[in-house]
Amino acid sequence: MKTIRTLLAALTLGFGLQCAALASTIAPDALVKSVTDDVITIVRQDKAIQSGDTRKAVELVETKVLPYFDFAHMTRLAVGKDWRQATPEQKAALTQEFKTLLVRTYSNALTQYRNQVIDFKPLKARPEDSDVIVRTEVRQPGAKPVQIDYALDRKVDGWKVYDVLVAGVSLVTNYRDSFGQEIRAGGVDGLIKSLKDKNKHLEATVSARK
Amino acid sequence: MKSSSQNSRLSMTSRSLAALALALGLSACASTGGHPKDPLEPLNRATFAFNEKADQYVMRPVAEAYDRVAPLPVKVGVGNFFGNIGDVWTGFNNLLQGKLSEGLSDAGRVLVNTTVGMLGLFDIATELGLEKHEEDLGQTLGWWGVGDGPYLVLPFLGASNLRDTLGLVGDLTVDPVWQVEEVATRNSLTGLRFVHKRHTLLGAETAAEQAALDKYAYLRSFYIQYRLNQIHDGNPPRLKDPEDEEDEEAHIEGPASPLAGAPAEPLIAVSSAPNPENQE
Repeated sequence: MKTIRTLLAALTLGFGLQCAALASTIAPDALVKSVTDDVITIVRQDKAIQSGDTRKAVELVETKVLPYFDFAHMTRLAVGKDWRQATPEQKAALTQEFKTLLVRTYSNALTQYRNQVIDFKPLKARPEDSDVIVRTEVRQPGAKPVQIDYALDRKVDGWKVYDVLVAGVSLVTNYRDSFGQEIRAGGVDGLIKSLKDKNKHLEATVSARK
Repeated sequence: MKSSSQNSRLSMTSRSLAALALALGLSACASTGGHPKDPLEPLNRATFAFNEKADQYVMRPVAEAYDRVAPLPVKVGVGNFFGNIGDVWTGFNNLLQGKLSEGLSDAGRVLVNTTVGMLGLFDIATELGLEKHEEDLGQTLGWWGVGDGPYLVLPFLGASNLRDTLGLVGDLTVDPVWQVEEVATRNSLTGLRFVHKRHTLLGAETAAEQAALDKYAYLRSFYIQYRLNQIHDGNPPRLKDPEDEEDEEAHIEGPASPLAGAPAEPLIAVSSAPNPENQE
C-alpha cells in the first residue's frame, strides 16, 4: 500500500515537473497550436458543447486554456492608466471579475464552433524576443478567413497569452473606453461593481436557458 | 488623386457636421470626458439606439429566418455571388493603393469566378490559391493618409466615421448592384445582400452583447481598431502600449500610496531592464 502511494506520488510529481518543464521551454507558436488543437479535438467530439452547453465549455476552458493566460496582465491592459490608482485589493477584484467575464465570453464562442479550419502562420520572431505575436486564421466555407492573433510574453514559468486579437481588434483593450467611463462615473469600485453585475447577469441567463 | 468634386463634397459635409457638432455641443453638457474620436457622441448614441430597435424588430429576425430557411450551399452561393461583385471594386482599390500584385490577383479572381465559378456562385479562385481581399474607398483614403475624422453611427448601417462615410458614397456610386436599371431587381438584390451580410454577423453580435459593459462603447472601439487593421492589411503598427510599461513584479509590490514607496527604485530598475530589448 505504502509503495503504491509512494509510486503514485512520484509519478504525479514527475508528471508535474515534466509539464512545468514543457511549458517553460515550448515555443510560443507551438504552445498556441497544441492548446488550440487540444480544445478543438474535444469540442468536435462533445455534443453538449456544440449544442450550447456553456457550463461545459467553461469547464473545458478552465482546465485547458486558463493555465496559459496571464489575466493580471490582461486586466492591467484593459484598465489602462487608471490601474495605478487601484489598491492591491481592487486590482485583485478587477482581475477576478474580468477573468470571469472573458472566460464566459470565450466559452460561448466555443459553443459556436462548426468545423472551421484553423491555419497557423509561421512565427516571425527572434529567439531572444520576450514578446511575440502568434498569428492564426480561421477558415470557413463561403466567408473571408478571420484573423486571430495571440500576443504572448515570456514569464519564468513559460509563455503566457496576454492579448487576443480578432480581425485586428484586441479583445482586451477594446474594454478600455467603457472601463474608463465606469471609473470616471463611480471610481474603481464602481467598475468592480459593474463587472460583478454583468457576470451575475450572464450567470442568470445561462441558468435560465438550462 | 482627390478630385475636386470629392473635395467640395468633403468640405461641405464637414462644414455641416461642424455646425451639427456645435449645436450638439451647446445642448449637451460639456462635463463628460468624452472619447476624443467621438465628438458627436450624443447624436451617435441616439442613432445607435434607433438602430438597435430596428435590428431587434426587423433586421435580426429576418436574418435569423434566412439563416434557418436557406440551406448552407445556398448561403455560401449568395455570399460568393456578392463577394465576386465586391472583388471588382476591391481589385480597383488595390490598384489605387499601388498594390499591383493584389489588384491583378483580384482581377484573376473575378475572371475565374465569373466564368468557371458560374457568375460567382462558386469561389473557385480561393481553391486555386488566389486569396480573397477586402478593400473599399474608405481604406484607400486611409492608405493615402486621410484621417478618419469623427466617429459616426449611420442609420441602419451602423458604425462608421466621416472618411468611411464619404468612401461609402463613392463605393455605392460605382456599385454594380446600384447600377441595375430595373428597380425590382435592384431592390431584391440589395435586400438579399443586406440580409446575407446581417446573417454573417449573428454569432459575433451575440458575443459582443455578452462581452460588453456598454455595447455602444464596445462597438465604437471595435470599429476603430478593425478599420485600422484593414487599412494596414492585417499588420497595423503595434506600438508598445503606453499603459503597459510597468511589469507584474513592479505593480504588485509597487506603492499604491507614496508612503509605501521605499522599495520603488530597485523594482523599477529590475522591471525596466528587459525593455530596450523589447522595443528594438
